[in-house]
Amino acid sequence: MTDRIPGFATLAIHAGAQPDPTTGARATPIYQTTSFVFEDVDHAASLFGLQTFGNIYTRIGNPTNAVLEERVAALEGGTAGLAVASGHAAQIVVMHCLMRPGDELVAAKKLYGGSINQFNHAFKNFGWNVVWAEPDDIGTFERAVSPKTKAIFIESIANPGGVITDIEAVGRIAKSAGVPLIVDNTLATPYLCKPIDYGADVVVHSLTKFLGGHGNSIGGLIVDGGTFNWSREKRYPMLCEPRPEYHGIVLHETFGNFAFAIACRVLALRDLGPALSPFNAFLILTGIETLPLRMQRHCDNALAVAQWLVDRREVAWVSYPGLAGDRYHNLAKKYVPQGAGSVFTFGLKGGYDAGVKLVSNVKLFSHLANIGDTRSLIIHPASTTHRQLTDAQKIQAGAGPDVVRLSIGLEDKEDIIADLEQGLAA
Amino acid sequence: MDHDNYDDGYIRGILNTVKTIAMVGVSANTSRPSYFAFKYLLERGYRMIPVNPVIVGQELLGRKVYAKLTDVPEPIDMVDIFRAPRYAVEIVEEALALTPRPQVIWMQLGIRNDEAAKFAEANGLKVVMNRCPKIEYGRLSSEIAWMGVNTRTLSAKKAQLFGRGIQRMALNRVTLAGGATDAAVRAEKPGR
Repeated sequence: MTDRIPGFATLAIHAGAQPDPTTGARATPIYQTTSFVFEDVDHAASLFGLQTFGNIYTRIGNPTNAVLEERVAALEGGTAGLAVASGHAAQIVVMHCLMRPGDELVAAKKLYGGSINQFNHAFKNFGWNVVWAEPDDIGTFERAVSPKTKAIFIESIANPGGVITDIEAVGRIAKSAGVPLIVDNTLATPYLCKPIDYGADVVVHSLTKFLGGHGNSIGGLIVDGGTFNWSREKRYPMLCEPRPEYHGIVLHETFGNFAFAIACRVLALRDLGPALSPFNAFLILTGIETLPLRMQRHCDNALAVAQWLVDRREVAWVSYPGLAGDRYHNLAKKYVPQGAGSVFTFGLKGGYDAGVKLVSNVKLFSHLANIGDTRSLIIHPASTTHRQLTDAQKIQAGAGPDVVRLSIGLEDKEDIIADLEQGLAA
Repeated sequence: MDHDNYDDGYIRGILNTVKTIAMVGVSANTSRPSYFAFKYLLERGYRMIPVNPVIVGQELLGRKVYAKLTDVPEPIDMVDIFRAPRYAVEIVEEALALTPRPQVIWMQLGIRNDEAAKFAEANGLKVVMNRCPKIEYGRLSSEIAWMGVNTRTLSAKKAQLFGRGIQRMALNRVTLAGGATDAAVRAEKPGR
């Protein structure tokens, strides 16, 4: 008999979680402990030497976090996961395992503003240089690759503009360059798109958004696609050279197709320290159980709101790939056929002032910097999230002065539309 | 037997049945994968027999090392091959010369030799290739989930503790197959 592979909704509830072996607790317990006792010194030595599986200290691993890691890895179709303190932490942990001073990262220009800041400024302090490429012109990725390139980074659905990246095309460039493709899949979630199926080698998430989904916990996650041969070109010493931190273990040789997730845990999380609280992991796990239901409703509501906005006289344009006339509609049909997510932007004819006025006038929408909440959220990026960027960078990132970003929640769509209507009219 | 995809039941059946495992090519170097696997399986209750002519006569974790399979003075249930694929046929020949014959030929992660597999199967042995018994034990017992690894199993039954130790799980866990990943198939393996 061939093993039956369960569907997405089943994995969202069950993957990684089983009744607790000692108490029988059915929900995943919150293992709110810093440390785990050793059976004896030999057991301790085996754990520290990575010779056996188990828990030592919550900065390196925790059983509640482990359920979250396996859950997201299963949903993405990856070999392993690693939970960290935030989406930003996920990015720095991944890059720590790939980059040395002087190395280059090729990244799409259209990214979450916080990532643009992290790459431009924080990464520079480590001597990691970002080379920007244009997701609407795939050839720019090819031209950006140099012998110093160690990774390519894109978002599946880019924040804030509703840009869909041609993951498969960028994946081919990464493959021929011999570097891993890293995809931030925060806005799509694996319910809408599984980047590993299109050539991603590593997927990163801000769990803070749709995966957690309730606006209550910050968290990040790294999924190892298990697809990249870290040993082939000997360019990734964290993976393919004996590690002095672990008595000369070669991680790729020892852990095979989940070696990258192990490297992120035992070389980056252990030494950089951005561990996730088990309590946050518990809240995010609870959120993920309803991900398929929530994500579909988010998408359905977002499409209704986008269609309504298109016809408003105050609105200059709406950038939502779910709309039939949108420039990314064909890519959306390929990569996110069940819906184009619930974060998108639109332009107000009244420009910067009209944007500031709308965020002040709304009563149901919350004016804040997050996305992917049960609640509908609104922000004027030019005056907030993208404020630190230059005007040219703002426009490049899809955050010009007239732009308003919405994250459509799970309320009744009639109430969401009514709030925008009164906000625009006021 | 489809050697690209093994059902969990096949692997679990093997790891639940065999008791004595001869590991051919095991290293005494404590940072080598073969040493890790040997130590781990020993700690999970298997009777482990190290086979490696380079360290013959020494002890590995208290177990006497033999030069070749035919020197081992006790019945072997499974031969775990930690050698390059080109040696697999002769190791199978050696295994088939044993009385009683082993029941299983297992080739490690990254090791595959279809000719050796066919030969062993034609003689009634079960074969697993390109897998690690440590990883498979960890996956099916759920121990490996502590490292964030996708076990590709689901269960509404509680996991079973192994013995009296801390953080040791048994193989007799009731599961459904759970993972929709074919990353193992897509993966490019480390060069050997």
